[in-house]
Amino acid sequence: MSGDTLIDIRGLTVEYKTSAGLLGSRSQRTRVLEDFSLQLERGATLGVVGESGCGKSTLANSMMRFVEPIAGQIFFEGRDILALDRRELRGQRRQMQIVFQNPFSSLNPRLRVKTIVAEPLITHLDLTPAQLEERIIELLSEVGLNEAFMRRFPHELSGGQAQRVALARAVALNPKLLILDEPTSALDVSVQAQIVNLLGKLQRDHQLTYLFISHSLALVQHISDYIAVLYLGEVVEYGRQADITRAPRHPYTRALFSSTPQPDPESGRERIILEGTVPSPKDPPGGCRFHTRCPQVMELCRHKKPKAHATEAGHWATCHLLDAELESLQGVDAS
Amino acid sequence: MTPIGLRERVLGRWRWMAAEPGSASWYFKRDRLAVFSLIVLAILIMMAVLAPLITPYPEQGRGSPSIMDKLKPPSLEHPMGTDPLGRDLFARVLFGARTALIAGFSIQLISVLLGTALGAIAGYFGGIVDETIMRVTDVFLAFPPLLLAMTIAAVLKPSLVNSVIAISITWWPWYARIARAQAVSVRERDYVRAAVGIGVGDRMIIIRHILPNLMTPILIQATLDLGAAILTVSALSFVGLGVPPPTADWGAMISEGRIYIQNGRWWVPTFPGLALFITIMASNLLGDGIQVVANPQLRRGSQ
Repeated sequence: MSGDTLIDIRGLTVEYKTSAGLLGSRSQRTRVLEDFSLQLERGATLGVVGESGCGKSTLANSMMRFVEPIAGQIFFEGRDILALDRRELRGQRRQMQIVFQNPFSSLNPRLRVKTIVAEPLITHLDLTPAQLEERIIELLSEVGLNEAFMRRFPHELSGGQAQRVALARAVALNPKLLILDEPTSALDVSVQAQIVNLLGKLQRDHQLTYLFISHSLALVQHISDYIAVLYLGEVVEYGRQADITRAPRHPYTRALFSSTPQPDPESGRERIILEGTVPSPKDPPGGCRFHTRCPQVMELCRHKKPKAHATEAGHWATCHLLDAELESLQGVDAS
Repeated sequence: MTPIGLRERVLGRWRWMAAEPGSASWYFKRDRLAVFSLIVLAILIMMAVLAPLITPYPEQGRGSPSIMDKLKPPSLEHPMGTDPLGRDLFARVLFGARTALIAGFSIQLISVLLGTALGAIAGYFGGIVDETIMRVTDVFLAFPPLLLAMTIAAVLKPSLVNSVIAISITWWPWYARIARAQAVSVRERDYVRAAVGIGVGDRMIIIRHILPNLMTPILIQATLDLGAAILTVSALSFVGLGVPPPTADWGAMISEGRIYIQNGRWWVPTFPGLALFITIMASNLLGDGIQVVANPQLRRGSQ
């Protein structure tokens, strides 16, 4: 990966305990992420796409330390945030903020907008009331809201306005990283575009690095510099947005592309329809995790886990189809 | 299409302030019983506060006997008759309302504060803190509340303060349970996670985010239980473990008066009993009304 790495996730493994039976006698462990690695370049947007249950939100929650991973490291500017103690972590939190999907559930219904936006400022800075007020007005205007909103309660806001307030709170301390957990999927389509534009403006103004989580490949393509495609807790394809858009290598990525609507009805692209649903992460399939639904499944896929193959600089996918392709390429070279 | 009524005319441009159909206060106002009980409770509180001004016998209300007038039946001069010590029963009932309401509200206040604080802490932190607090709560809940209150009151000296303490000790675990259940669910909400993500400390998260969002069911329960608290105070007094004479207390008045019912002096236990009945009834109906307003699923079909 070229450039300056802000976040380096290595071997992250997250388990959830689920108990069943009388008095939780049969406690089960579900590995949501296993040996998961990913890098984020400073100032860039990494889009993470995948279906529900693929571990997108678990990734966000582990980075924010809302859940404690059982193994792995998350380096933030070279510092492992999973190894920080409570006090160090509180300081570290200034550097990274999260924006949730539903703005109404992420704003305390009993607090006014002013108090909500003031919370990070009061927690980390020592401002006079006048400075505080000035900073809140500044932040609100940055997200396109005027002072009049300060005295409103969340239920007096529209969905778009509420998400703007959540963004104002998130950028209040000038963080370096913003984790956006489906920030637009609870909003109307017309409002989605406004929020996406606002995200772009905030990124330029604050030199923010985005981890943009979504189930919509079209949206991720639009906003991201890099894309990671997740399937059942694993990255199946990773690369620059342009490379993936031009030549998706993994059958799952191709299926996702074929399911996004195209403005040109004449494009005559074949539709790949995936059968069935995502298998339960409690009991993931052996071999390649995608083999139960893959339209191009081979016998090999049922037994052997595919390795990551780089197809061009910084673009790789984990699929056995690429083994064959690369071998044939090498054969051509040899002759 | 409703015709413009008097209220709309009076309110004029301010009529948007009137309860809109479907709003909480609109539902509450339609619940005639609840509104009625709110009025009854308000009158009771006013009568308790203004007791010395309402009755011509405030000294008797506080306990000084007037043996010459003993056991007089209800008349214009003594609307509820007089008791075995010749005190005006109406004055005694009025001053008894002071005891009942002060004790009832104090018990609710102490139990809600203690129970909510402990429940919120247990629910928010979870794990060993939760286990410790909730097992202590279970121990208290294992005793029949009245029996436990009587035991504690018997150990302490009989007085108003001690009976409030005794009952509060048996009372708070109920609120701790409700508060814990709420805190467990509020803890998982995104705004609490957002606060954790900002780096807000545990104490401020509990005070600013958890507590305000778990108060609704607690306050409903507190209103519903007010009657029970007053009844328990009276029960303690009835068995002689509550407020000592000469302070007026409905439970003690019923207890002392119950033998007179056999020789036709029905008014001696009846009026304090009625006062107790009305107070408990009103607080229960008010609690029901608030519950319906706060919980839309219980609302009856609109009509």
